[in-house]
Amino acid sequence: MPIDRIAAVEGTAIPLRGGNIDTDRIIPARFLRAITFEGLERHLFEDDRAQAGDHPFANPAHAGATILLVNANFGCGSSREHAPQAIRRWGIRAVVGESFSEIFFGNSVALGMPCLTAARAVIEELMQQAERDPRRELRLSLDALHVVSGDRSFALTMPAAARQSFLDGTWDATALLLDKYDEVESVARRLPYLRGWS
Amino acid sequence: MSATLFEKVWRAHTVRALGNGQTQLFIGLHLIHEVTTPQAFEMLRARGWGVRFPERTIATVDHIVPTRDQRRPFLDVMAEDMLSALERNCRAAGIRLFDISGGAQGIVHVIGPELGLTQPGMTIACGDSHTSTHGAFGAIAFGVGTSQVRDVLASQCLALDPLKVRRIRVSGRLGRGVYAKDVILDIIRRLGVSGGVGYAYEYAGDTVERMSMDERMTICNMSIEGGARAGYVNPDQVTFDYLRGRRFAPDGDEFEAACDWWRSMASDPDARYDGEVEIDAAAIEPTVTWGINPGQSVHVSETVPRVDEAEAADRPSLREALDFMGLRDGQPIRGTKIDVAFIGSCTNARLSDLREAATIIRGRHVAAHVTALVVPGSQAVRLAAEREGLDRVFTEAGFEWRGAGCSMCLAMNPDRLEGTQVCASSSNRNFKGRQGSPTGRTLLMSPAMVAAAAIAGEVADVREFAHAD
Ligand code: SF4
Repeated sequence: MPIDRIAAVEGTAIPLRGGNIDTDRIIPARFLRAITFEGLERHLFEDDRAQAGDHPFANPAHAGATILLVNANFGCGSSREHAPQAIRRWGIRAVVGESFSEIFFGNSVALGMPCLTAARAVIEELMQQAERDPRRELRLSLDALHVVSGDRSFALTMPAAARQSFLDGTWDATALLLDKYDEVESVARRLPYLRGWS
Repeated sequence: MSATLFEKVWRAHTVRALGNGQTQLFIGLHLIHEVTTPQAFEMLRARGWGVRFPERTIATVDHIVPTRDQRRPFLDVMAEDMLSALERNCRAAGIRLFDISGGAQGIVHVIGPELGLTQPGMTIACGDSHTSTHGAFGAIAFGVGTSQVRDVLASQCLALDPLKVRRIRVSGRLGRGVYAKDVILDIIRRLGVSGGVGYAYEYAGDTVERMSMDERMTICNMSIEGGARAGYVNPDQVTFDYLRGRRFAPDGDEFEAACDWWRSMASDPDARYDGEVEIDAAAIEPTVTWGINPGQSVHVSETVPRVDEAEAADRPSLREALDFMGLRDGQPIRGTKIDVAFIGSCTNARLSDLREAATIIRGRHVAAHVTALVVPGSQAVRLAAEREGLDRVFTEAGFEWRGAGCSMCLAMNPDRLEGTQVCASSSNRNFKGRQGSPTGRTLLMSPAMVAAAAIAGEVADVREFAHAD
């Protein structure tokens, strides 16, 4: 596997307002009826789009956006990786929000899509900017932990481990887990429920 | 050194610290189902990796299976495809599959415990967020995504950040008509749907200690609805009694040795916690959700919120929830008309749940405008219920009696709401669109409360239904 370091994401932003946006809204369960992730992006927020009329993902002004802006507890609910898969396949490369559900965060890491947090006021300002001027380019840096918009820069946060894994290209954990396999086997030999009880 | 169960289990399964600050954790039991795995097997094939510990992975089918007619091939072509893909993948990797024909199939979180696969002190992973259910046995159980399912298949390990532990102590007697479901809905209402992010919840206190394994599973199941990745109860005699004699539990002398180890994994009395919460069981009443997340609930005697009384910042989300649910500001939740009653899901479709519901409906009939169904959590639950004659109690009252599966909990099969139907549901999520209709409305409550609502045709207080006892 080639090492794929992710240190920066540039592009326009798409603002998605609302707290506790769950994975059933991101990708309704009926679209999980498939054995691949292909084409999921077509159904991203499908029911919300139908009900809202002015949903940002239905707004052509935001086509091509690479940075998704969200509020609190984004991605709560089910563990379906279909949710971040659909978002990434739509074209999003990084998500910036007030907070994330843990499983969503972990699933996004595994796909190479960093999720970063910022203060509520920062999110509000970035959302307003993106609503006023959808073509405004942002530059997000995992190295500097900030996002630059025009001549202003806003601080971002991210758990150290996840950030490091993007910076060294180890976010895809499987290779790491397979390395030093004798240590795994020795743990298995130590556990009484595997080793035998007597 | 005193430690919590979480810390002990974590330590026993730690392979090594990874360079990025995460821990490589060995996974003792991996459970898989048809929806979140085909892509994981595909990723393995693409990289030329095999399944490292096939004997530690167990498969079943639950999410997409039809519950009306379970003969193969399924009428639903996609369901048939997903099932065949799982069969092929399991056969090729040497993974045991509890298939629809074998008598042991069911919702993954119901069959793991039932078969004695779920045991104290284990680490458990499954590509499903309600994996937290298995914590009822004193296991540390994580819901994971598909890429992590791939990781576990390939390496039997996960790369994880440690969690903090919050102890939630529930003390006192639960009132009549108040169940484990009400306790967990109450906890989520107090601590919020994201209150548990970064934490494992340890459920303790004399109320929890008196609970059966079924009840403990209901509580641990919904940890994730409170934002907690995992939830657990320390193993005790109730746990051991449940496990004794189960198909995959240790037997003979081994069982005693196992009990010693299991006991040793429980939190020490002087363990330190990252937070503590006290809950008075006597103050909990039958609870019903009124909104679009599981934290939006009220006691059945209460009214739904008024938007103008809320903090300004909370008003838009309250408005959105009330409008979606078709509820007026401040209206009593009791008396809300329902169209569908669903008793099922990994939260509340075990034998004891069906018994409680049956107690309420025995000799009564479902309201004329209500469609009511019971979907047992597993084939074993279904069979045990039939032996007690519960199926007849339900069908005579006008409920449909179905085959095991997830069914209307997430509506990946033909069981679903239509239009803006309102469903009284014993499941765990009331998200928009969760039960299959994008505009469908879900009211979460205990199975006994669903039974009461089915009969009244509206949200009712189960305490007003005379029990047989
Ligand atoms: S019953 Fe519902 S919550 Fe439980 S595993 Fe099935 S779909 Fe998930």
